Amino acid sequence: MSLITTLARLEAVSSGRARPVATVRHRHLSERPLVFVPLTTAGEAGAPLGALVGTDRHAPRLLVVPQPRDRDLRFAFLAELADIVLPYVDAYTDTVEAAERTETDPETGKRVKVVVDLCADAPQLIVPSRAGVDFVRLLGRSMRFRRTAEQDPDTPHPAPPRVPLLGRWLTHFGERARMPGSSLLLAVTDLLARHWATGQSSVEDQHLGSLLAWIDPPGDEPGDVAAHRAELARDADGQLLCPPAGPATDPAFDNKLLAPAIEAYDRARSALAAAEDGLEADDRFGALTAAEQRVRDLVESRTRPTWDAVWHGLDLLRALPEGAHVPDRWTRDRWSFTAHRDRITAGEPPQPRVDDAVTAANKLAAREREQARLDAQEALDDPLVMAGRRLAGEAFAGEVTDVVMAYSEGRRPSPRPLVTVRTEDLPHLGERAKVYRSLGGKPQAAEFVGHAGRDGIGTGDPDGDGNVLVVLRVLDKMGRGKEPEPGSVPEKGDRVCFTLFEHDQRGGAKLPDPEETPWTHGGPPGDPEAVPLPDPLTEEDVL
Amino acid sequence: MPPPRTRETAPALRHRLAELRGPDVPAKALDARALAALAANPGCRRRALLDGAGVNKTELASALGSPSAFGQSQFAFMRGDAFEARVKADGGTELLRLVHERLDPSAEPPSGAHVPDLAAAGPEGRTARTELALREATESGGWTLLDHPMLALDVAGSPAFLEPDAVVVHPDGTWTVVEIKSFPMLDGAADPAKVGAAARQSAVYVLALEDAAARVDPVPQVRHRVLLVCPKDFTNLPTAAAVDVRKQRAVTRRQLTRLTRIEEIADALPEGTCFAPDLPQERLTAAVELLPATYAPECLAACELAFHCRARSRAAAEVTSVGRSARAELGGLTTVGDVLAAAHGTAGDPADPAVAALRRAARLRAEALASAGYGARDEVLVDGEVPAGAESQDMAGASAGGAPCH
Repeated sequence: MSLITTLARLEAVSSGRARPVATVRHRHLSERPLVFVPLTTAGEAGAPLGALVGTDRHAPRLLVVPQPRDRDLRFAFLAELADIVLPYVDAYTDTVEAAERTETDPETGKRVKVVVDLCADAPQLIVPSRAGVDFVRLLGRSMRFRRTAEQDPDTPHPAPPRVPLLGRWLTHFGERARMPGSSLLLAVTDLLARHWATGQSSVEDQHLGSLLAWIDPPGDEPGDVAAHRAELARDADGQLLCPPAGPATDPAFDNKLLAPAIEAYDRARSALAAAEDGLEADDRFGALTAAEQRVRDLVESRTRPTWDAVWHGLDLLRALPEGAHVPDRWTRDRWSFTAHRDRITAGEPPQPRVDDAVTAANKLAAREREQARLDAQEALDDPLVMAGRRLAGEAFAGEVTDVVMAYSEGRRPSPRPLVTVRTEDLPHLGERAKVYRSLGGKPQAAEFVGHAGRDGIGTGDPDGDGNVLVVLRVLDKMGRGKEPEPGSVPEKGDRVCFTLFEHDQRGGAKLPDPEETPWTHGGPPGDPEAVPLPDPLTEEDVL
Repeated sequence: MPPPRTRETAPALRHRLAELRGPDVPAKALDARALAALAANPGCRRRALLDGAGVNKTELASALGSPSAFGQSQFAFMRGDAFEARVKADGGTELLRLVHERLDPSAEPPSGAHVPDLAAAGPEGRTARTELALREATESGGWTLLDHPMLALDVAGSPAFLEPDAVVVHPDGTWTVVEIKSFPMLDGAADPAKVGAAARQSAVYVLALEDAAARVDPVPQVRHRVLLVCPKDFTNLPTAAAVDVRKQRAVTRRQLTRLTRIEEIADALPEGTCFAPDLPQERLTAAVELLPATYAPECLAACELAFHCRARSRAAAEVTSVGRSARAELGGLTTVGDVLAAAHGTAGDPADPAVAALRRAARLRAEALASAGYGARDEVLVDGEVPAGAESQDMAGASAGGAPCH
């Protein structure tokens, strides 16, 4: 936590309201996101209890597994989920635009530009909290290796047709969510915490209800009071007034309400199975339906408040103007979505359980690069983020006090003007350090020459007012001529902001193809076309 | 070699701790959560004394009016129990197979391992029974499984009783701690936070086991790799991984040696102080208040009293309530009021680097907010005072274009 964020948190403590830590929205929000509020069964891995899902805030679909340990009921839930998620995803696969991509020509080995399809927009999945992101990944993992009856007629428990496909998509969403700055799958708590500082710790910010209470408390109530109530207040029955955003449920809810309801459902089901004639069966079917309805009501009662809170959070975020670089990052998400669409169309096998060495190294390098890109872009888009970088000595802003024209030595002298900037900031400038400013969206580089004094080169603070004079030599983006192009060199009196970090990220060293993996890294992976085996099912797998 | 940590608790101290606990209140054994709290916040005297005295903090928290939020769902409980029973079924065949495969593949395969009965009266009796069984098993030269043994560890001058899931004695006479958890190991990897917690917990068991080993001649070796047993993927078939706990063991050992002696904390309390949960709330609050706490948000995950301490910390406007790192950045400024006053230039010594940094932060923040159009509408000013540096106004005008770089 940087000092500037700490300060914002303490201001929030003192004022009882969350404070902005961003002045623009740093993530893309779709016009039509698919909101997914799942609940899981405590103690079981990947045993969903139910979910609210949909794109219409007024009409979510409720999916419930009345006995989470029953495999068939779970498959029914996943099939229903597939029927909602896959049409939503498919709606984005068909509208494409032409885009250029650089590829290596397999014959000549040269880098050539090719025109390929790029999906014009991409789906966006929104979950309440970071645990929800993990749950999406877990669901994806639990489904993508399942076999349908069509794929494998001998499988003892075939999955419904579209479930493995849903698993592959959820895996892709989950994997993409690990990429810094991506917006295919977002958690509302992360989004809100990125834009507001509350008067509580980041651990407590994981609670969607209390986070919202700080940002937008009901009425004039102080945020801390509202947050405390959201977090801890219980009704006469011992149930939380604001249920946790999940996917884990409150133990008191499990023990007092859910367990009896599931038991009643089990009893009704065995009673139905034991019915001896049609009339009796009719009665008992009624009882079973009522028992199932009871579980459904319970699940809805715990997910609906979270559903509303998610949309409330989205409303707050939509009120912020979008950052200038956000569309650029969303385009990367669209590339990622298009690439996965192509892999599925091409009939490639599901994502492997464990990445091979080269893929893993590539993923890590890409994440590091995207993190650096995100940090730079957020600072360029948002003066408040830039303020943090300036405080850290990684950027400085100030007024141009002097511009002296100078030229490079050599056969064809190019302009290398010396610009003096007066700043209150304390940048950590080393000898000939490179600095950058944004010029029409492109970075312009300059190098640090020295600190200027009142008369010529000196150090530090000539006027004794805390301001320093920094002399920079502008290096590029001034055109090809002897005279710099108009507007490409700052003028006296201009306000400028230079960063010590680069604005754009270059790709790192190229890694070998997976087939060329050296033995030090495990050697080439096995047959890439091999379809991974499904998870073994055991008798004990009575989830 | 550190001095042996287990020793007889002085009868006087034992008597004093029983008084603090309250008449007829049984002592509560140090459970996994208390151990985690020990690791998360070793410097907290409140937690140290209450745990050391065996006070039931869950009941105490409820009596104080800030009940703890810890609870276990019966689904998780049933699943955990069923899994542990499955792992240990059939004389621990599966468990010993995993120990053999993961930790000691060169030893003879376990078959017909000895599973001694460890039942005895009271924690002291069970500890003695466990030590006897360990000694016999070490001499026997075969595989032995100790199911829920009881170990004693000296924590700040009083013995804490610990109950690992299992301890296995190998044919070569070495001892291994086994921890059975019900979170899944998915494709060979489990949730790192949960594995970390399990490793910290196991490290305490290893320490306690080393104490027991020190009383055997010749001293048997306690393996520093523990076996973590988890359900495999989405099934409830067990799988296992060896976890090296040397680091956690060293950390815990260090924390245990620097723990403030419980005796000293107890001696500082006035006569008649008592934490019995049936006392009136005001008396309990006053009694707990006598014990200095060092609250940090991490306590919420580890200590039953966290909500009480948080309320106190917030009431005192301590900066730590927003995170430990805040405290580190702010030097000697410990309350929200101090920090904001220093940041806004109404208090504090500008020569103090923390104050100077705060003022710069406040100025940069105000300037950025104003440039984005926030300044006029709301906030920035907390107590109605003008931020240091009115020059932020003209700066705001200059960069009103929105983007910070022009």
